[in-house]
Amino acid sequence: MDFLSEFGAILMMQGFNGLSVFSVLLLMALGLALIFGQMGVINMAHGEFLAVGAYATYLVSATVQTYLPAFMPHYFFFAMALAFAVTFVLGWLTEWLMIRHLYKRPLDTLLATWGLSLVMQQSLRSIFGPREVSPTMPDWLMGSWQPTDGVDIPINGLFVMSITLILTVGLLVALFRSGWGLHVRATVQNRSMSGAVGIDTKRVDRVTFALGCGIAGIAGSAFTTISATGPTSGSLYIVDTFLTVVFGGASSLLGTIASAFLIAQTQSVSEFFMTGSMAKVLTLSAIVLILMLRPQGLFSIKVRK
Amino acid sequence: MNPFYRNVLGGREGAIGIAILAALVFIVFPLTLDVFRLNLVGKYLSYAFVAIGLVMCWGYGGILSLGQGVFFGIGGYCMAMFLKLEASTPEATKIQSTPGIPDFMDWNQLTELPWLWVPFKSFLFTMLAVPLIPALLAFIIGVAMFKRRVGDVYFAIVTQAIALILSVLIIGQQGLTGGVNGITDLKTLLGWDIRTDSARFTLYFVNAALLFGCVLLGRFLLSSKLGKLLLAMRDKEERVRFSGYDVASFKVFVFCLAAMFSAIGGAMFTLQVGFMSPSFVGIVPSIEMIIYAAVGGRLSLLGAIYGTLLVNFGKSYFSETFPQLWLFLMGGLFISVVMAFPNGLAGLYVSHVRPRLFRKRVAADAAVASDDKVTA
Repeated sequence: MDFLSEFGAILMMQGFNGLSVFSVLLLMALGLALIFGQMGVINMAHGEFLAVGAYATYLVSATVQTYLPAFMPHYFFFAMALAFAVTFVLGWLTEWLMIRHLYKRPLDTLLATWGLSLVMQQSLRSIFGPREVSPTMPDWLMGSWQPTDGVDIPINGLFVMSITLILTVGLLVALFRSGWGLHVRATVQNRSMSGAVGIDTKRVDRVTFALGCGIAGIAGSAFTTISATGPTSGSLYIVDTFLTVVFGGASSLLGTIASAFLIAQTQSVSEFFMTGSMAKVLTLSAIVLILMLRPQGLFSIKVRK
Repeated sequence: MNPFYRNVLGGREGAIGIAILAALVFIVFPLTLDVFRLNLVGKYLSYAFVAIGLVMCWGYGGILSLGQGVFFGIGGYCMAMFLKLEASTPEATKIQSTPGIPDFMDWNQLTELPWLWVPFKSFLFTMLAVPLIPALLAFIIGVAMFKRRVGDVYFAIVTQAIALILSVLIIGQQGLTGGVNGITDLKTLLGWDIRTDSARFTLYFVNAALLFGCVLLGRFLLSSKLGKLLLAMRDKEERVRFSGYDVASFKVFVFCLAAMFSAIGGAMFTLQVGFMSPSFVGIVPSIEMIIYAAVGGRLSLLGAIYGTLLVNFGKSYFSETFPQLWLFLMGGLFISVVMAFPNGLAGLYVSHVRPRLFRKRVAADAAVASDDKVTA
């Protein structure tokens, strides 16, 4: 009996671990899925937008702690809103200054945004210093929840999960139930036709790109609850995130969700049996092999080529 | 005209270009730089192998590989494994608990040489492995991706993932690869001490000669029908396919060739610098190598060499004097090369310098060229 309950606890912790990796991966991939999947633009600076969101949260936390200590328990949501606003505006500017000139040359977008990511990284390093920072957490985000003995679920993990859930549902609703979503989907399917029926496709592109960056900002803000932020912390994840989006089938948001789930579970289950780096090698190799056999990803919209 | 002169050297202008670069590399640098600086230039020139490979597969073939560091690294590691085994004689390593195996294996409690290392005791095997293992890997990746008509963007992301996999694997398998430190302390090549000044001097020339060999081979291939097909494929792939060409095979070929060039560069890098580490394998070095080709001009083999030298001189100058500025400059370089000068230095040469240099000759050449077409 004792053994069984222990086994159950391990299973639960492991499941929670997997879910936590899943929500982190999905949170990062959402913005990218919007930008890459819907617009076909490769934004290598996505990780840096994430970092900008995280630093914005840190700034708000530091300011509130110094000038308005009474406000500490509630600051986090304002910080998130600010992170979104900052990255949204940055994304808007990026699209206007850079991306819109490169829609016809997707590989060049990749190089240009890589350059942008270097510039952003160095700016963050010059402004905030090379050391990792983390905001002071409000009390309600600390500690853990113990449903039964031996099971220890950290609150911040649950918080990230709920943010992921809200954002995913929000994005799905926005894409499939709003006028803007209709315009985006129409533009993706047939750009010139959408233009002909009066959709301002340039505006749609700009808002989509900015929104994708804004989502990255929120994700960065949420990540501050589970790990510290450094100037290069965004770039650590960029490849995994791209693989998640590509593996799911670039233009399918549901595919992204499914692939994030599969990758996270493979990663966390194999981490149980081997070292972290070997687990990562195994997971990535599996994805690459599957992509070689099925390049369109798990879910793909049937299009005539 | 003599076909060698026309196709390999690229006519009068091409021959002059090669002569200028050859004079710079073979005469000016060795005469003006001390051995330490010359060794540094040799290191840069070993990166140039990757850059000219990228000119062929990216500039001409339209295939952007974000994983050229993989091939550079494999070539370098093959060489390093051979040199390390030569340096780890039982006499030299007698203080270890298992003499005769590389020191880092001993530190990781290995008691015998792993099977992967055994063939690298043979010089001949190593010489074959340096170009062929990367070519085989490129062949597998290329066949899997191009036969299924995977888009360029997907190819870029998958090659990037492979770069990540290999670097994580190398760092993770410490006992087998030396981990983060890589394979260090390389001493001799077939009994010839590669750390002496005279060896460095010789290796510099060997490296430069190999590089020019690769450039001439590249020129020859690009001036043949293959080069025209590559350009046609890059611009209108469907049309080439409908004309009856097997597009995928050409792509696989040029990708394998680029991989082989990179691997030779990697092996020469190991010989000249004396170590190999995972920091030349991962994503960041792979993308940095693309900027070499992009700065020099993605359509010019010689331009890629100039680009490599320029970016690396810039890097060593700025990261010594203004380390803060370097990433800004590098980022700015990426952005401006893409937005403003898509054809790099070579493009600037064609649009600004050539018309002044050959003001009268351009008209004459055009006339000759049209005659050539008629007679051909």
